[in-house]
Amino acid sequence: MSPTNYLLLSALLFTIGAVGVLVRRNAIVVFMCIELMLNAVNLSLVTFARLNGQLDGQVMAFFVMVVAAAEVVVGLAIIMSIFRTRRSSSVDDANLLKY
Amino acid sequence: MSLLLAAELPEVGAATGSAGLAWLLVALPAAGALVLFLAGRRADAWGHILGVFTVVAAFVVGVLIFVQTVGLAAAERTREQSLYDWISVAGLHVDFGLRIDPLSLTFVLLITGVGGLIHIYAVGYMAPHGDPNSETGDPSARRRFFAQFNLFITAMLLLVLGNNFVLLYLGWEGVGLASYLLIGFYQGRPSAATAAKKAFLMNRVGDVGLAIAIFILWTQLGTLQYTEVFENVGRIDPNALVAITLLLLLGACGKSGQFPLQAWLPDAMEGPTPVSALIHAATMVTAGVYLVARMNPLYDLTETGQVAVAIIGTITLLIGAIIGCAYDDIKKVLAYSTVSQIGYMFLAVGLGPYGYALGIAHLLAHGFFKAGLFLGAGSVMHAMNDNVDMRHYGGLARVMPITFVTFGLGYLALIGFPPLSGYFTKDAIIEAAFAAPGWQGWTFGLLATIAAGLTAFYMTRLMFMTFFGEKRWKKLTSPDGHAYHPHESPAVMTAPMIVLAIGSVGAGFFLTQGHRLANWLTPSLGELLEREGPLPAATISTLVLVCSAVGVLVAWLAVGRRPTPVERPRHVSLPVRAARRDLYANAINEALIATPGTWLARFLVYVDNRGVDGVVNGTAALLGGSSGRLRRLQTGFVRSYALTMLGGAVLVVAGLLAVRFV
Repeated sequence: MSPTNYLLLSALLFTIGAVGVLVRRNAIVVFMCIELMLNAVNLSLVTFARLNGQLDGQVMAFFVMVVAAAEVVVGLAIIMSIFRTRRSSSVDDANLLKY
Repeated sequence: MSLLLAAELPEVGAATGSAGLAWLLVALPAAGALVLFLAGRRADAWGHILGVFTVVAAFVVGVLIFVQTVGLAAAERTREQSLYDWISVAGLHVDFGLRIDPLSLTFVLLITGVGGLIHIYAVGYMAPHGDPNSETGDPSARRRFFAQFNLFITAMLLLVLGNNFVLLYLGWEGVGLASYLLIGFYQGRPSAATAAKKAFLMNRVGDVGLAIAIFILWTQLGTLQYTEVFENVGRIDPNALVAITLLLLLGACGKSGQFPLQAWLPDAMEGPTPVSALIHAATMVTAGVYLVARMNPLYDLTETGQVAVAIIGTITLLIGAIIGCAYDDIKKVLAYSTVSQIGYMFLAVGLGPYGYALGIAHLLAHGFFKAGLFLGAGSVMHAMNDNVDMRHYGGLARVMPITFVTFGLGYLALIGFPPLSGYFTKDAIIEAAFAAPGWQGWTFGLLATIAAGLTAFYMTRLMFMTFFGEKRWKKLTSPDGHAYHPHESPAVMTAPMIVLAIGSVGAGFFLTQGHRLANWLTPSLGELLEREGPLPAATISTLVLVCSAVGVLVAWLAVGRRPTPVERPRHVSLPVRAARRDLYANAINEALIATPGTWLARFLVYVDNRGVDGVVNGTAALLGGSSGRLRRLQTGFVRSYALTMLGGAVLVVAGLLAVRFV
């Protein structure tokens, strides 16, 4: 199986994630889209690692997963506390930090 | 250009014997000024006695030194007394030292002698009288006056006794300060305050010249002691020497009220009359003459410098005499007479070795008769409730006989009536002026002769208007509503006038007889040289006398035999109008210096406000405005930030790809 398909899938997933981050308002969905982008990158990392026959890319993918896990913990905690105070999980409502 | 050989420099010895007391000359009046300034009202009762005592004591010290000096051989008469090391920094060593030589001793005797007489006169003149809250009744005024008077004497003695340029400058500024304080003595009068400021500012112009001359001298020779400078004058670059002499002349013009800085002197008459007599007639204004005479080793080497001094003197003696003819204010007539007479002295010292001693002789004689004339004018004012308008006087000869006689003798001395002082000293200057080479001789000589005629005219006019004719004051009342009751002044005022009158009569003959003064001054000024003029001395003397006689005659025709109108005639000829406006000196200063200065200042303020401040404020406003707009990018919407980041990432990637494939 050629790596092109993996890379195309990775690009597709990344695009979906990016568009999702840009167009969705629900913080949970935005968050999931970020995860999607991270995992799209993971996929391409693993693909290139396989292509080159080295383990660097795979190790990098593990690091990304660890960071993603930590990020989910912090991110969800923030989203929860915002929801508790403002009764809303829309990212557009959390716009107080501005000019 | 033929340069004259510099006069041989005398050996400078150490001050021993009575000359060792020289520091007392300066210390006594300085102590007097200090005590009077610091003691305040506690000294009101006895301040004037201390003030007189210090100056008279200084005069006694001066006489002691003089007597000792006369006993020495001519070569030993120049001595220095070093008091302490005043300034000592890398390369610059200034001694606080006094130079005791015939020239400085002559000035010391003039300053403390005439100064002492005027101090005694001022005890009577400044005595508080009238309402304690008025200008003349303030019980502290006399003590303050004597404090400032002593300060002036101190500064003037430092000026003439200093043995280096820095000490000269200290004294120079000191007399400027004392003059400022004394002209503005009547603090309640706005006109006095303005006159004091004017005098100070115009003096500053001259002082800048003196300061720059000293700076150039320092860069040329690296020393400011007279002895070392005079020994090394030959090493000064000729162009620098011309610059130094011209800048010194500027300084001298400022202090001595010479053209083009003469306008402050008449205004300085706002001060009390003893101030006019002491500072603006007898001593301070002669500092310029002293400066040129003292710097004779420098002036001897540059013909340009000498001729410039003589030209300035000639211009001044003429304009002073012209303006003096038009004023009705007795003190201002005398002030312009001073301007004119100092012009004669400048002309004399501008003639170099042919005239230094003649200038100093006229200076001494003038010190006597002009001080006497001013004291007489003060006595007249005292009698006339401080009115200075001669048109309100008339017929005072009978009322104030002593004032009339002393003033009359001063008048005769001033117009050069033989055998009084002015006849000997002024004629000698005019003769020396005629003997100057080339065009200078006729120009200087004839103009000085014409001015002598004008002098006779304005002084005779003053005499007629003040002491003769109808008693115009009988029908008038003073500005504060009292009738005039003229009376002779008290003895404390008339006694100095009598002494000065004796000086006016005898000084000229005594000083010029057998070149007595010139021989005495030889160690300081060099031998007095003589040269053949185009006319014999007797002819010149006759010419001057005829000119003066014509002046007196015209004054009698114009003023003496007609009644003087109390009101000033309004419709007068053009020359009189010009003279009444000081030959437009103030207008010229105003137009040439003051107005362009104001405009320049306004322009600079505009540039500062709009230009300099504009750049600074503009930068700030630009940054503020643009950041105010840029901050709108921070919308607070997370998704717009995400879009920005995506756009940025795309740009970076596109950039990388472009770099890679191009």
